[in-house]
Formats: sequence, structure tokens, C-alpha cells
Amino acid sequence: MLIPSLVLIGIFVYGFIAWTGFVSFTAWKSMVKNMKLVGFSNYALLFQDFRFQSDMRNTLMFTIMFIAVTMVIGLFLALMVDRKVRGETFFRNVFIFPMALSFIVTGVIWQWILNPTTGVNLILKALGIADVPQWYTSTNIIPRIQLGQIEFGLPVAIIAVAIAAVWQMSGFAMAMYLAGLRGISDDLREAAKVDGAGEWKLIRKVIIPQLRPISMSLIIILAHISLKIFDLIYAMTGPGAMFVTDVPGVYMFETTFRGNNYAQGASISVIMLLMVSLFIVPYLVSSMRKEKM
Amino acid sequence: MTLRRFNRALLYVILAVLAIVYLIPVYVLLVTSVKDLSEVTLDKMWALPSHLDWYGYKEAFRKLIPNLTNSFLLAVPATLLSALLGSMNGYILSKWPFRGSRVLFTCMLFGMFIPYQSILIPLIQFLQSIRLYNSIPGLILVHVAYGLPICTLMFRNFYVGVPPEVLEAAKIDGSGFFGIYRHVIVPLSVTGFVVVAIWQFTSVWNEFLFAVTLTTQKQQPIMVALQNLSGSQIVQWNVQMAGALLAALPTLLIYVSLSRFFIRGLLAGSIKG
Repeated sequence: MLIPSLVLIGIFVYGFIAWTGFVSFTAWKSMVKNMKLVGFSNYALLFQDFRFQSDMRNTLMFTIMFIAVTMVIGLFLALMVDRKVRGETFFRNVFIFPMALSFIVTGVIWQWILNPTTGVNLILKALGIADVPQWYTSTNIIPRIQLGQIEFGLPVAIIAVAIAAVWQMSGFAMAMYLAGLRGISDDLREAAKVDGAGEWKLIRKVIIPQLRPISMSLIIILAHISLKIFDLIYAMTGPGAMFVTDVPGVYMFETTFRGNNYAQGASISVIMLLMVSLFIVPYLVSSMRKEKM
Repeated sequence: MTLRRFNRALLYVILAVLAIVYLIPVYVLLVTSVKDLSEVTLDKMWALPSHLDWYGYKEAFRKLIPNLTNSFLLAVPATLLSALLGSMNGYILSKWPFRGSRVLFTCMLFGMFIPYQSILIPLIQFLQSIRLYNSIPGLILVHVAYGLPICTLMFRNFYVGVPPEVLEAAKIDGSGFFGIYRHVIVPLSVTGFVVVAIWQFTSVWNEFLFAVTLTTQKQQPIMVALQNLSGSQIVQWNVQMAGALLAALPTLLIYVSLSRFFIRGLLAGSIKG
């Protein structure tokens, strides 16, 4: 009875990945299918490409920012909500509800909130801040270090996207941490308190180390979401001026389905798959080993 | 003591402020969607409408109703099918392990993490060759196939908790593989089905990449239509926001009424049950 599912996955996951890998070595660059093998030339072209280099920079910066901020806020929210507050369910639900939304809806809303001509900037102006941020329309990169074709650094525009992504995902981190916190025995907390540990010390020395496995899972889950992100950016900003908010997911989509450059699209997606696998494969193997059936 | 009370008050203040911040997008969404066209201007984004105007909703509804229908026709069967297959797989993998089942299971799980861009080109060719490209059944097939890993995982973790004695008892009573599934496992897994169904429905409903690449025009699910709505410059902002709300409503309603199950599904996605 397992067979139909295995066949389905065998074809749809492994078979198709193999075929994509094959396409990435061909010269299929237009509507006309061309299966002539060209070796690694599609990859070589990509790595010299201004847009793809920008994508790599953006993905790196976005991933670091997104994971770090989501985890810190998630932990903070969990610690707050876990203090037996009244209305716990209400607060928990408010922080998690963005998870029920589509990245498209999130993108559509945040596009307006972080639009430099309105939204948050209206409030900032009312507060007397004249030099308001340009959010996702900024082309600034800090610092600008010339590297290959591109200027390396943090593209300011990507911060706006990260804000929307954190808004959507921090509730998930909170839920994970809450589950973890419930698993820390009161004895352990009491023991630490008896030893004279203050609140802050208790969190640093007992709670955070105890939550380590959760943090590891979170890093892996958030990283794989971040590395393959597409919808949110597509709906919110698109590639952006000078590709400041472009990512491989968007590039792959545009080059394949708008430009009919299938070979290039396949190459980008293979690189995306490799990046995701870097995180996922060790995770899967270690959780398989840990479990005894 | 006073310090403690002060801390407590501070805690509530911080929580309240954070809750407000998290709800800001909802405020913008609601307020803008009921504004008169003359009031949807960039400088009055935060202002409340002077009166309720339903033009945004009427227009959004008129434009999006075919796509909302598509999404229901897609998400409901896809959810049912993947839940059914997932539960079967989970049952086998947790209760009838065989040599190599762990490796197979892990290989299966890999499928839920891959970036779907990496299977998209062959997928389109494949769907074209079986004449399911640009059709709702085609999308259902795709969502069932790529939903299998997570559904299997969730059910497997759920069934691991079913004590083996229950199965033994059923075996002694003469129940076989299917008998145990139907009379023991299925009745025990109502919660499991609810959790998986909520999860899968939400994912399928909110999914965009497959929807935008595998369908055109009339077959498009809601998220593609919403994106098209906001992508075109002529469409007014109140219509856009009303549309976003309509698109989000089914999953939001599920969340509001069944948040406990939704959160369980959320946590189940992280492999360890």
C-alpha cells in the first residue's frame, strides 16, 4: 500500500530533479527545445552574471537577518507569554495568526505599509523625522565593497522584506519555543533560583541551553524557507532596482517563464536545491539516526 | 512586592504594544477595504473612513469569485486525498516497519524541503504530456504528490503514540492489516485528520508557485488572481485590500476557530513529533 506513494515521490521528486539536472547542462534557451549538452557553461555564465551574484548576496544577507531576528523575537515572545499571563491564548493567537496567511497576502499588505510615500513613513514624518527611510525602494548597499560584478554588503531594501517575513514567521518560532519551555521542568528553574540565579541569568544559563535542540530545528526550518523564498518577494517588491531585492527563486521564475531560458532556469534551481540540501540532508540523516523504530 | 507588581504591569504593557504592532497590517487591511475611492489616498492611509463603503468588496468579489471557486475545487480534494494517503503511509511506517523503511521514510521527507523550482520544468512537461496542464485536476495531482511527505510525517508521528497493545488485541481478534486500519487506527486518528487537513488546506490554499506556473487565466487559483489584481496599476487600493481579505478569509476563519489544531500542525512540521 506504500507503493503508490513511493512511486509518486520517486517520479515527482527524484525523477524530476534528475531531469532538471540534465536540462541544466543543455542549450535549451528558447521556446524551441534543444537538448544539446553544453557541460557546465550555464553554471559558469551564472556565476559571472551581475544579477545572479546580486541574488547570492541578497539571499545571504536576507537569510542571516531573517533567521536571527525571527528567533530572537520568537524567544522573547515565548518567554513573555509563558509567564502565566491573563489572556495567554489571545496573545498567542495574535502572534501566530500571520502564519495562516499566504506570503502573497503578506506581500500585498506590507508593500503598502512600507511604501516610502505612505504607511510607516507618515508616522515617522509626524514624529518629526524628515529623513525617512526609503524601505524597499532604496538602492543603498552597506558597505559597498566591490566584489566580482557587484557591490557586496547589506542591501537596505532587503530589510523591508525581512520585516514582512519576520512578521509572518516569528509566531512560528514563538510556538516552537513555547513547546520547548513547557518541557523544561520547574525543578530545574527552582534549583537555579536556589543557587541565587537572577531572572536574566536563569534565561541565559538554563533556559537558552535547554532550548538548544529547538533552536537548531528552527535554524534549519527557517533557513530552508529563506533560501527558497519566492512568493513574498514576488508579491512585495519584485527584483527591485539594480536587483537589490532579487533572489534566485525570482530569477529562476522570470528567466524560465518570462524569458524561456529553460537551461538557465534549471541551473538556478539546481543551485537552490544544493543550498537547501546543505541544511536539510544532515538534519534528515541525524534525525533518522536518532530515532529507533 | 511593589517591584514585582511593577514588573507584572510592564509585562502586560509590552505584550499589549506587541499585539498592536502585530495587528497593524490587519488594521490597514480592514480600514482601507471599506474606504470610499476618494478617501484612499497615500497621505490618509491611517485615517478611519468617514463612512463605510462597500465598493471595494463588490469589485473584488466580482473579479475574484471564479478564482475563489477554483481554489476551493483545488484545495478540498487535494486535502482529502493527501490526508488519506498520508494516513495510510503513516500507519504502515509506524506499525508495520520493514527493512529499509526508515531510509525510505527519510527519502520521502526530503521531498517536503526541496525548492519546487527544481522540479518545475519537468513537471510542466509531464503535465502537458498527460494533458493535465492548466487544469484543476493537474494541480490537485501536484499538491497530493508534494503534500505526501508532510502528511505522512504527521500521521506517522501521531500513530507512534498508539500503544502496540491495542494493535495486538485487534490482531488476536483476527483483524488483518486493513481491518486494524479501519477499525482501530482510523477511529483513533480523528484529531490527526483534523490537524493534517487544516495544515494541508492552508498550504494548498496559500500556495503560489505551482498555481502561477501551471495554470493560466480561467483556471487560476485565488493567490495568482490576487497577485494579478495588485500587480496592475489601474486597480484601486481599496479593491486590492478587499481582495486580500477575501483571499485570506477561509484560512483565517479556520485559524480563528481551530487555532489549537493549527498550532499542532505547525509544530508537527518540524520532524520530531
